[in-house]
Amino acid sequence: MSTPDTAISMPAVVQRPATGFWRRALRHRSFVAGGALVLLVLFAALLSLVWTPWSAYDIDIAAKLKPPSSSHWLGTDVFGRDIVSLLLVGARATIAVGIIAVGIGLSFGVCLGLLAAARKGWTEELIMRMSDFTFAFPAVLSAIMLAAAVGPGMVTSITAIGIFQIPTFVRVTRASANAVWSREFVLAARASGKGAFRITTEHVLPNILSVLVVQATIGFALAILAEAALSYLGLGTQPPQPSWGRMLNEAQTLLFQAPSLAVYPGVAIATAVLGLNLLGDGLRDLLDPRLARER
Amino acid sequence: MVNVANQNILLDVQNLGIRLNTSRGPAQAVREVSFSLRRGETLGLVGESGCGKSITALALMGLLPDSAVVGGSIKLAERELVGLPDADYCDIRGNRISMIFQEPMTALNPMHTIGRQIAEPLRRHKGFSAAAARKEAIALLDRVGLPDAARRVDAYPHQFSGGQRQRVTIAIALACQPDLLIADEPTTALDVTIQGQILDLIADLVAERGMAMILISHDLGVIAENVQKMMVMYGGTVVESGITDAVFWRMGHPYTQGLFRARPRLGAKKGTRLKTIAGTVPELADLPTGCPFADRCPLVEGRCRAAFPAMVRVGDDHLVRCVRTDVSMMNLPEVLGA
Repeated sequence: MSTPDTAISMPAVVQRPATGFWRRALRHRSFVAGGALVLLVLFAALLSLVWTPWSAYDIDIAAKLKPPSSSHWLGTDVFGRDIVSLLLVGARATIAVGIIAVGIGLSFGVCLGLLAAARKGWTEELIMRMSDFTFAFPAVLSAIMLAAAVGPGMVTSITAIGIFQIPTFVRVTRASANAVWSREFVLAARASGKGAFRITTEHVLPNILSVLVVQATIGFALAILAEAALSYLGLGTQPPQPSWGRMLNEAQTLLFQAPSLAVYPGVAIATAVLGLNLLGDGLRDLLDPRLARER
Repeated sequence: MVNVANQNILLDVQNLGIRLNTSRGPAQAVREVSFSLRRGETLGLVGESGCGKSITALALMGLLPDSAVVGGSIKLAERELVGLPDADYCDIRGNRISMIFQEPMTALNPMHTIGRQIAEPLRRHKGFSAAAARKEAIALLDRVGLPDAARRVDAYPHQFSGGQRQRVTIAIALACQPDLLIADEPTTALDVTIQGQILDLIADLVAERGMAMILISHDLGVIAENVQKMMVMYGGTVVESGITDAVFWRMGHPYTQGLFRARPRLGAKKGTRLKTIAGTVPELADLPTGCPFADRCPLVEGRCRAAFPAMVRVGDDHLVRCVRTDVSMMNLPEVLGA
């Protein structure tokens, strides 16, 4: 038997949203660590615009493959270029490729994925089959096709990588949006008179944001690696423009003579990818009001 | 206050039929459902899972899947709703017809504050400013009995208990002062002690605002205490309908009687097993041509299976879809085991 005077439980602390986001953010370990690493890469790119220890373009064959010293902090590469300067300037290409390619993939992919989930029927079929079709071509292949049509270069590689990212975002968006569409609060929202567009922007999108943030950080990492691969094939950043991917690939031929040449750009790429992943993890937690209290 | 004495028919449903496309082929989920409601009247829909009661509610809201084929007529204040374009329906939902859902834990968006979720229909349908909608949201939360409403309006759904969340969904449903409230098993997911409070709250609000209400439940006790009229559904159709007291006084359909016998009772001898209805609910995809209850009915005979039975009048406004009411309604006290 039950007693009629059961108290309704009530959380002790009522959380104020939005305010204190930064206070919570600064207490979130992976957000802070990720943010610091990303800022470091950003700072490197910005610094390269105003100052580098040496020019990243001057070739000095006499000083090639020098070990670290007081004048060349991390030594020189096979053409005698200063490694620190190359890393600083290369950060620009990395950031540009990552941001623009993920931006292309995110904006097109999310729109198409949301449309597929909201409209269902033949719209969904068409979008999904088209993304399957795009998915069947590796990024490198579509970059080669693009390069054949418009010529190689950074824009070509960014576009190709961006297009390659679209189907991934379409699939992730549609799958998580479908899950949200089948939740009862969407039915409740429809019952309160909302149309598909408002449900998508007000209910579906906020609820899949965390998934998209994580996918975007993964996409950023993939874009950096894809740029490295494309540069190696001569389709990405063109010499003498340095990029971390190109440095890595140039170092590959000298792996036994100068292994540290591969380590520096490798560490730089790992730093950027790790920082973004940590930042994405942190954002996911901070954007979810359900997780807000525990932090 | 809305004039409760207004006797015009608010909702008029005639011969509603719903055909759904399922993986097992087309299924006649609802057939020959007719009823009407005036302002201030309350109607209970009772039946077991899959009998078509929730589908009927969704049809009233215009929220059936696109592939569903709806026949018959649904008129809200003389306006035909069957075949209404979705854009027009959006102006009715949440405004003139509102719905409370079964599961308060999932019926609220976890990403928005409850204040925002209550304010939304007000802003959408009534053109309230943000500040006015917020003020109204606090007043509504206060009315549905949420303590400290002014402070908690900015809290998120996960910070409330189940009963409190159901109060919030009721506040959302009532925001625009709808003419018709549909409550689809509003207390099934709640504690027994909270159930009574929520049902009392809904009853108070319905009386206070002069709304019509359709209460869906599988619990005969909830129906008996909360609605004036009731309909018992089975296999997608109404098998018995009438004034609640009259139906409970003289149950005419063998299925209603079976439901009644199957309820648990206080003071029953220890170890007494609950009575069950033999057999299982027929699949909607292959309903028999005759009475849908024929395979489980103790009184079945040839003509039950031959044709879909018509409604038989057994009292004032008391209709039973059975050809054997003469037998089923003899010796009722013994039949019901009362």
